[in-house]
Parts: sequence; C-alpha cells; structure tokens
Amino acid sequence: MIHFVILFSRQGKVRLTKWYSPYQQKERSTVIRELSGLILTRGPKLCNFVEWKGYKVVYRRYASLYFCICIDPDDNELEMLEITHHFVEILDRYFGSVCELDLIFNFHKAYYILDEILIAGELQESSKKTVARLIAAQDSLAETAKGEAGSISNMILQSM
Amino acid sequence: MEQLKTIGRELAMGSQGGGWTGQSKEFLDLVKSIGEARSKAEEDRIILREIESLRRRIAEPDVPRRRMKEYIIRLVYAEMLGHDASFGYIHAVKMTHDDSLSLKRTGYLAVTLFLSDDHDLIILIVNTIQKDLRSDNYLIVCAALVAACKLINEETIPAVLPQVVDLLAHPKEAVRKKAVMALHRFYQRSPASVSHLISNFRKRLCDNDPGVMGATLCPLFDLITADVNSYKDLVISFVSILKQVTERRLPKVYDYHQMPAPFIQIKLLKILALLGSGDKQASGHIYNVLGDLFRKCESSSNIGNAVLYECICCVSSIHPNAKLLDAAAESTSKFLKSDSHNLKYMGIDALGRLIKINPDIAEEHQLAVIDCLEDPDDTLKRKTFELLYKMTKSTNVEVIVDRMIDYMISINDNHYKTEIASRCVELAEQFAPSNQWFIQTMNKVFAHAGDLVNVRVAHNLMRLIAEGFGEDDEGADSQLRSSAVNSYLRILGEPKLPSLFLQVICWVLGEYGISDGKYSASYIIGKLCDVTEAHLCNDTVKAYAISAIMKICAFEIAAGRKVEMLPECQSLIDELSASHSTDLQQRAYELQASLCLDSQTVEIVMPLDASCEDIEVDRNLSFLNSFVQQSIEKGARPYIPESERSSMFSVSNYKSHYQHEASSHTLRFEAYELPKPAPTPATPQISVSTRITDLVPVPEMTYYTENNQASKLPPVSDASSADHGIKLHLDGVQKKWGRPTYSSSSSTSSSSEKKINGVTHLDGVSLQSRGTSYDSKGQQSEVSAEKQKLAASLFGASAGKTEKKPTSTQRAPKANTATAERPGVTGAVSPEISKQKAASSPSPDLLDLGEPITATTTTIDPFEQLEGLIGPTPGTSTLDNSVTTSEQKAPDLMALYTDTPPSSSSSIGSASGDIHSADKNLQMAKNVPAIKKGPNPQDSLQKDATARHVGVTPTGNNPNLFRDLLG
Repeated sequence: MIHFVILFSRQGKVRLTKWYSPYQQKERSTVIRELSGLILTRGPKLCNFVEWKGYKVVYRRYASLYFCICIDPDDNELEMLEITHHFVEILDRYFGSVCELDLIFNFHKAYYILDEILIAGELQESSKKTVARLIAAQDSLAETAKGEAGSISNMILQSM
Repeated sequence: MEQLKTIGRELAMGSQGGGWTGQSKEFLDLVKSIGEARSKAEEDRIILREIESLRRRIAEPDVPRRRMKEYIIRLVYAEMLGHDASFGYIHAVKMTHDDSLSLKRTGYLAVTLFLSDDHDLIILIVNTIQKDLRSDNYLIVCAALVAACKLINEETIPAVLPQVVDLLAHPKEAVRKKAVMALHRFYQRSPASVSHLISNFRKRLCDNDPGVMGATLCPLFDLITADVNSYKDLVISFVSILKQVTERRLPKVYDYHQMPAPFIQIKLLKILALLGSGDKQASGHIYNVLGDLFRKCESSSNIGNAVLYECICCVSSIHPNAKLLDAAAESTSKFLKSDSHNLKYMGIDALGRLIKINPDIAEEHQLAVIDCLEDPDDTLKRKTFELLYKMTKSTNVEVIVDRMIDYMISINDNHYKTEIASRCVELAEQFAPSNQWFIQTMNKVFAHAGDLVNVRVAHNLMRLIAEGFGEDDEGADSQLRSSAVNSYLRILGEPKLPSLFLQVICWVLGEYGISDGKYSASYIIGKLCDVTEAHLCNDTVKAYAISAIMKICAFEIAAGRKVEMLPECQSLIDELSASHSTDLQQRAYELQASLCLDSQTVEIVMPLDASCEDIEVDRNLSFLNSFVQQSIEKGARPYIPESERSSMFSVSNYKSHYQHEASSHTLRFEAYELPKPAPTPATPQISVSTRITDLVPVPEMTYYTENNQASKLPPVSDASSADHGIKLHLDGVQKKWGRPTYSSSSSTSSSSEKKINGVTHLDGVSLQSRGTSYDSKGQQSEVSAEKQKLAASLFGASAGKTEKKPTSTQRAPKANTATAERPGVTGAVSPEISKQKAASSPSPDLLDLGEPITATTTTIDPFEQLEGLIGPTPGTSTLDNSVTTSEQKAPDLMALYTDTPPSSSSSIGSASGDIHSADKNLQMAKNVPAIKKGPNPQDSLQKDATARHVGVTPTGNNPNLFRDLLG
C-alpha cells in the first residue's frame, strides 16, 4: 500500500502532498523535512529507493522535481517507479509538456489527476486514456458551470 | 527563437492567458512569489502573510462563491506547505454542499486534504456524501466516492454502505471501480462491517471492464492475505486472467510501454504467490503461465523488470519447481550483473528469496554480493546486510556479524541502528561459535548501541551467563562466567557506557564477580562503587550496583569471611539511604541490614548462584493463615477484599473521612499518635517465605515463626524479590543459541517451528539457515556439508571449489593464509568440522576482491536510457525557452510513451475522438488541446506567455520551473 506521495523541488520546496495513511500536521512536516534531506543529498547514480523507518521510499527525479512514494517493505519498488512515470505521463498529456510551474499554478488539477490514478493508497486505473477521459469530462462540466456563473456575475456587475 | 517568444507574449496579451485563466491576480501573484522564493524561509514568510489575509477575508460576509473557491484553494496551498489553515475547514465543508460540480469538487478536494477520518467535522460531510452518492451525475458520484474513501470512518460506514454497494452495479465503469475501492477501504477500516459483502468482490472480478477487474484485485489481495484457504477455488480464474493479459487480450489502452497491462500482471502474480504458497496442487496450475512470463518479459524495460521481479517472488513463494527456479535464478543473475543500482537492489532482494529454497544459488553471485556490500550506496548496502542476515550459518556468522557491527558503528540513523543491533544479537545467539566470541560480540553491540537495543536483550544476556549453555558442563559455564567478568572489569575502564550495558555489568559482577576466586570481594565492590560515581548513571544502574554489592557481601558472610566495609562503599550507602528514590533507599537499608545478619540466615536469604531457581509464589498467602487466626482471636477485624469493601462502608463513612481530611489541611500542632503495633507487612513475607519453600521444604508453621524473627528485616527479602523481578521479564525469550528453548511453552513453540519448516521445504532441500538451528543435532551434521559449501562460496573457497571455478583461484591462497592466522575454533564443533571451517573461514581481505572479475553486463539499463531523456544536469540554466526544447525532443518522447504511431496530428484525432464518443454533448473545443498527446509548441508558447504576463520569467530566480518534466 502507498502511504503517501510527495512532490518537492530541488530546493526542498513542497509542490504536492497526498497522504493515504493518517499523519498529523506535525508529523507531516517532519516526514517532509527528513525525506527531502535524505533524498536530495543522494548522488545521481544510486538506487531510486531509500529505506526509511521501516518503510521504503521510491523517488524519481523529473527535471527539478522529485516524486516520492512511500510504500510497505514488501511492495515492488520497480512497479512504484513506473506508477510515478505513469502519473507524469498523464500530467504531461494533460498540461502539454508539463513543467514544474504548471504544477504550482494548477496544483489542484494535479490533485484531481492523482485522485483518478491512486485511491486509498492503491493503483485504481492503469489506462492513461481512461484517466484522461474522466478528467476531461470533469473539466468540461466544470467549465460549463463556470461559464454560466461568469456570465451571470458579469450581468450583475454591468447592471450595478 | 526570440521571435517565437515575442509572438508568444503578444498572443498572451491578446487572449489573456492560456492554461491559468480563471484565477485572480492575487492568486497568480501568490503563486509567482512562491515559485520564485529562494528559500524555504522566504516561502514560509509569504504563506504566513497569505494566511493572515485569508483569515480576515474568508470571514467576511457574502463572499461570492467563485471567490470562496479560490480562497479554499489558497488554503489548501498553505496547508500543503505545512501551515495550519484549520480556520478555513468549515468553509471547505460548506463548499461540498454546493450544487455546482466545480465548487463541489473543490470542496471535496479540500476536505480530503484537510481532514483526517476522526475529525469532528466529518459528521457534517456524511450527509452530503450520502446525497451525492445518489446523484444522477456520475461525476458527482465519483467525487463523493473519492471523498468517502478518505473520510468515512468506522462509525460512519453504515451510513453510506448501502449506497456504495448499489453503486457496484452502476452502468458507468468509473463509478463501479471507485465503489470497489471504497468498499475495500471500508474493509481495511473495519473488516467486520463489510464481511457480509465480500462476495461482491468475487463478482466484480468478472466485470466487463478491465479497469474494474484490476481494481478488484486490490481488495482480493487483502482478503487472500488474511485467509488463503477460502480463495483456493479462484486459482484457476486468476491464472486464466493472467494468461489472457499476457496474450494481449485486453484493450490496447492498458498497454504500458509495450507491455500488456503490467500493473494488473503484477497484482495477479502477488495473489498467485499467496495462493500457491505451500500448496502443491495450486502451484501446479501456476507453473505454466509463470514459464510463459519468464519467456515473454522484456528485461530491457523497467516495467518488464518489475514484472520479472514479481515472477521471481512468486516462484520463490509457491511450491518449488526446478525449471522455474532456474529461470528465476537466471533473471536474478541478470539483475545482479546490471549496472543499474535499482536492478542490483532488486537482484539482492530476489536472491534473498531464492536462497530460502536453494542456498546454492548464492554461490555464483558471491562477487556481486560482495560488491554490493562495499557499495557506497547505503540503500544497497542495507539490502545486502539483509541478505547476509538470511544466509548466516554457524560457519560464516563471525564475518557477517563483525561486518554488521562495523556498519552499525558507522551510521547515525537510530532506527536502523536498533534494527541491525537486534539482528546482530539474534545471529550471535543462534550461531555463536564460542562463548568467548559471543561475550565479545555482545559487548561490542552494547557498547555502541546499548541504549537502543531492547531491554529484553540485556535480560537475555544475563540469563545466558547465568544458565550457561544447557550442556551439563559446569566447567564450561564457569569459564564463560569468568571470561565475562574479566571482560567487564576491563570495559569498566572506558569513559562512557550505555546504561543498559552497565546494568548487565553490575548484575554479572554481583553474581559471579568473586565466584572463581580470582578477584577479592573488596576489589569488585570497589569497582561497583566506581560505576556509580564515574558514570553519570541513572537510578536503575545505581540500584543494580547496590544490589550487586549486597550480593557480594552476602556471599562473603555466608562463606564465613569477614566483610570489611570500604570507605567509598560506606559513603555510597549513606548517599543512597538519603536518596530521593525510595527504591534506592530501600536497597541501601537492605544492604546495611544484611551486613548484621549471621551467616546462616544470609545464606538462606541470598543463596549463591541461585538466580536461575524458580520462585513459587503462594498467592493465597496460606502461610499467614495461622497468624491471621491468632489476630482474629485477639479481636482484630477480619480482612475484607477490596471488591466487597464499597458495599460494606456507607457513603457517609467516606464523607466524614474526607471531611476530616479536608479539615486537617492546616498545620497540625498536636503530636501524631504513636504507631500501633501493626501486623508485619505482607509483601516482604511472601518473598522470604516462598524463597524458603523453594530451597527447603519446611512445614508452614516453622517458617512462619522464622519469619517473625526476621520480620524486622523486610529489606533483605525484598531485595531478593527485586532480583528475581529481573528474571520474570524473561518469559518467552529464547534462552540460547542452538536450541529452541524458550523459558515458557518451549515444547509447543519449537515443534510448530519445525512443522513450518517441514512444510515449506518439502523437497528435502537443505533447510534454510535459521531452520537448521531448530533441528535436532543429527540433522545438523548432515546439513553441515551443505552449509560449508555455501559459506565457502560466499566468503572464501575451499580447495575443491577453487579447482572447479577459475574465477575464484585468486581467493584460494588468501584463504589458506587466513587459516594460518586464525586460532582454532573452540566450542561444540567437532574437530574435523572445525578444521574445514577454518579452511573456509573468511578473512576480511577476501572481501575486497571484486574488481578484477566484475562481469560485463549485456543488458541495457532502462534507467540510463530514461536519464538520457531527462536531459542535461539541472545546473545548466540555458533553458530559458521551453519552446525549443520541447520541439526538439518531440519524436523521441512520442515513441516512448504513446501507443499510437508518433504522428501528432493523428494522435490528436484519435484522442479527441474518444472523448467525443464518451461525452459528445459536453465536449468543448477548448478541451481538445488539453488532452492531446505529447508536447505542443503552441501550448508551450501560451504557457510561456502567461507566465510572463504574471511576471514569472524563465530567466528569473528559478529557471528550472520552466523545464519540461518529461523533457
């Protein structure tokens, strides 16, 4: 089971966190601090895994962003690396050449996408197309609503 | 290039931005400043300011809904960056009630990120979730299901359970899938509440949609882990699903890097590993498909290796099959020979699984293993230690434990230090070749990780020293004890020792310090006094020390010798008599009291070397009966048990008592009344008398009178009970190496252990390292040849081996020199074995042999390839335009992660076609660019432009922000 997913930049700044096991806010900060310290100092040629407090953390770097997944000791690390890649590919399709800035501006959308891939710490969907289709459907529905709301508020504004 | 950028900027000015519309200027500013913050501290400052402004504005009346949505997102941001945004939780909860999907989705996202499942606000959301689960819009249902997975706790499961179960039959596969996952989550939270619904998972396994089927594997995996036998009937179904997947019968969309649905394959393999474990018949069904997988899996891609690794795990878990084991061993050796650290790591792990079935497999990988052990990569090193731990035998235990201890000393990570220390202790207990070595090893572990190891380890060590090794060889036992005493006296000279270690030292010195007559009592007592002074020790250590001193004094008195009180000892007693700790005071008084006793009494109270005798506690205190009888006859009130007391006393009684208490809070000037001659306290008597029953079976009356005589000296008896208190902790701890003796229920535990081993190793393959230790001696000698072979192959080759294997010739001479250097191995090993063992015994230099024979790898490392794609190192900040880079890398990437031919126009067509078929009415032209595959220069242009519009420039503080993650 996946316990949490954390994205942080090379400067150790958090870009996205998703906790599937209960962690208090304080614990979360400690976890992030410890892990970013541990992972950012690792050399480029080493394993993409670190053992940490009885868990394993699988991380992978994309440009200046680190994707970390914390898993149980008996999970398959290589699979987790590929789940990360699966996520990045879907982000890339969605944003079109995704870069760190996209995730900063649209982190809530990244959350929606992650929610379509992982649920309760398990992989729920391994088809990129299915995920893309669901996200597009949600977006379009939201856009319609937004459009209407926008036009109404515009009318109100103009009348005032 | 410049031109392109300018065009982009102009475009942006004209169209007011591309992907990031819909947010206010403020939000964009916030994001910008966070994006450009140079340090965490700066970021924190920005967020704190943001929180302050949000706190003010979110509480304003009549905030427009759209504005509120943005506030909530900003709160999520603050919370994500580690700040408290709890003031806004209630607004997020409110937002989930909204009718608009967009706002509802934001609300749900926020609450799932904000709230844990025991938060008070959950109760306000349950109703909304209930309503939304019944919605006609499947997207709303999906959002509610995602929230339910995170937020519904054990208490609220019943509120949503019926709806979730209904949704298992929803026409939309996305909903069915999420309903399965939600039900799985409920099962994890509270298995009892969904136990009647488990059959639903079986049904969903046959779902038409592969996504739903794949999701169902997650709960089934959990269920099968909990109860294998109820699911044996599914073996054939799982095998046939796996077969269909590998034959590419699933839709193309489930392919991942040219592999058919690898994530589903992995999950299936995990399930099959569980089902086939120890079941010959079930395993028989699995062999075929596993064989196919080994043939089909691409070892050139990372995902292929992930599946291969899972195959190896499965092979090592199910009933062994020679052919598959060969295939697994071959894959493992490919992993180990790879240049990629990731694959090496997986290889070491796989090897650890395979040697459980066939220890010989490790032989050919000795150099690879040693390389990994020497590797600077900590992760790899630790994994290798885990492997060594699994393959430790009595023949290689010394090298392995020594290495572990060296590593343990070198690291700072307390968590891992504890783990490796306990492993060292475990191995030393099981396989120690000699007493001497064992004591030395334990000393090292204690000295370097003393305060991290479990207290039980210390107790265990004391027990070992006290009980010896089980053989009826008193000589060996006393030799062990005196060697322990010697080493401890030496170690006491060191400046800083962990408290737990000092406790062991004090105890051993107390029990055995003077037993071999080598040291005088006053010398040992002096040392013990030093312990309490030199080391800034805590009360526990002091208590151990003073009890040890008392024991030595008692032994001396019992032996008829006069105890001369050293001045430092006297001052210690004085100090402790005035201690704040009542325990220490008690012990000090006990010591003083015992000094005044005659030798006979002392010998009964403190018998020599009796720490291993059992104490029988007479819980009914029957020996006091006559005393009680006497007192009652004299008019004393009978004892009423506490449980019955409340009914006896009236409330008013208590009341008056309390009132009296209350009134007496002021200073009392009259003298306290004299203490009445109370009956002797019961507690000390228990231990004294029981102690005596142990040693001399005396009729009750006699020792009762004895007690009365000694009743003025309760401390003595208490001390002995305290000493035995230590012993009591040892229940259930394994007593010693070599045999499965547990202090309690020893027979059952050892027999079940054997049974397990018997089942898992049906083939008569030599038992795994730890298994052997539990086996009878006869079998041990039979296995030892096997063991030696492995040990030799791992840490130095025996002569026979070197002739066979040209690669290991270099090792032979060194091994021989090692023999010469090493002293003969002592202990229980027969001379002939010990000779062979010495020949094969490793020397540290052997471990450095890796370089000349490193195998060249034939496989191409997928990570290397991917790293190539990731591009130049981050240091280069030449990437001030994402446009050009994305254009250049386009074809490569397409090939990598699309399953359609890499012509961008056609892929756009197909993707958008899909979407149109799904939601024709909702589809808007705007979405097409969002989901089209691969990088698109126009996107990049737009993005670049918006970024500039907002004020973030690629040449600014943080050019990395603009680098394509996949580029």
